[in-house]
Amino acid sequence: MEQDWIWGLIGGLLIGTGGAVYLLANGRIMGASGIIGGLVDGTARDTKWEKLAFLAGVFLLPIIIFPVYSDIDTHVTDNWAVLIAGGLLVGIGTRFANGCTSGHGVCGMSRLSLRGFVATVAYIMAGGIGVILFRHLLGVI
Amino acid sequence: MRNIFAFLAGGLFGAGLFISGMTDTAKVQGWLDIFGDWDPTLAFVMGGAMIPMAIAWVLRNRRSSPVLGGSFPPAPPQRIDRTLVTGSVMFGFGWGLVGLCPGPSVASLSYGGVSHWVFFAAMVAGMALTPVLRRALDRQAATA
Repeated sequence: MEQDWIWGLIGGLLIGTGGAVYLLANGRIMGASGIIGGLVDGTARDTKWEKLAFLAGVFLLPIIIFPVYSDIDTHVTDNWAVLIAGGLLVGIGTRFANGCTSGHGVCGMSRLSLRGFVATVAYIMAGGIGVILFRHLLGVI
Repeated sequence: MRNIFAFLAGGLFGAGLFISGMTDTAKVQGWLDIFGDWDPTLAFVMGGAMIPMAIAWVLRNRRSSPVLGGSFPPAPPQRIDRTLVTGSVMFGFGWGLVGLCPGPSVASLSYGGVSHWVFFAAMVAGMALTPVLRRALDRQAATA
């Protein structure tokens, strides 16, 4: 669709506003992998409830606005091997790198963090190579 | 109060991911696929998100502490190490493979169907495995 970029921009502004609230009010960096990972490996400690409240917002808001849209297709694969391999790579990779698209990308690059830029270049290049490899050369996705 | 604002921030994040189409794996893979039918949406999402966030960093510098108390996160380390790059490359491959990153994987759970839960479960398992892997790698480095 032609207007997709406008919705992308509006959605992006909302995402950034969320990050701004989390930083200025709570004093935390909005990184999805850090928030989920901290709960998973037990490093969240006294920030546990804050992180759970954040994730509850991420999970619930789409349910509230979902009925406004009639047909939403996430076009996700139903190949479990691909889903499990992808999930493991994303889980392990973001924890080793200490951040993902939101932490390193949105929050890191906007404060001109060198690590944010390096991580973002690395995962975008790997993602691009991955899609070319798995889609065009191997045809698994 | 902290939880209310965390919920609000998460809600804005989730709504933004939903509206921008970032829970649509075809849009993400379409952006990564420069040899396919290239989809520029992700660049607008990232650019759009960085505007309020950049303003927030400027405002952060004018305050000594967050509105709800506590302290601001310390300045980020500037050390570029191997784990940052290898971790990001691993993440990128997984991201390209399925078209989901951690934020959208949570935002899409309610309406994406069983595939999203399988991905989410594998991602959580990977996050739980990471401290174990880290210790194993450290041991190997110590004996090498």
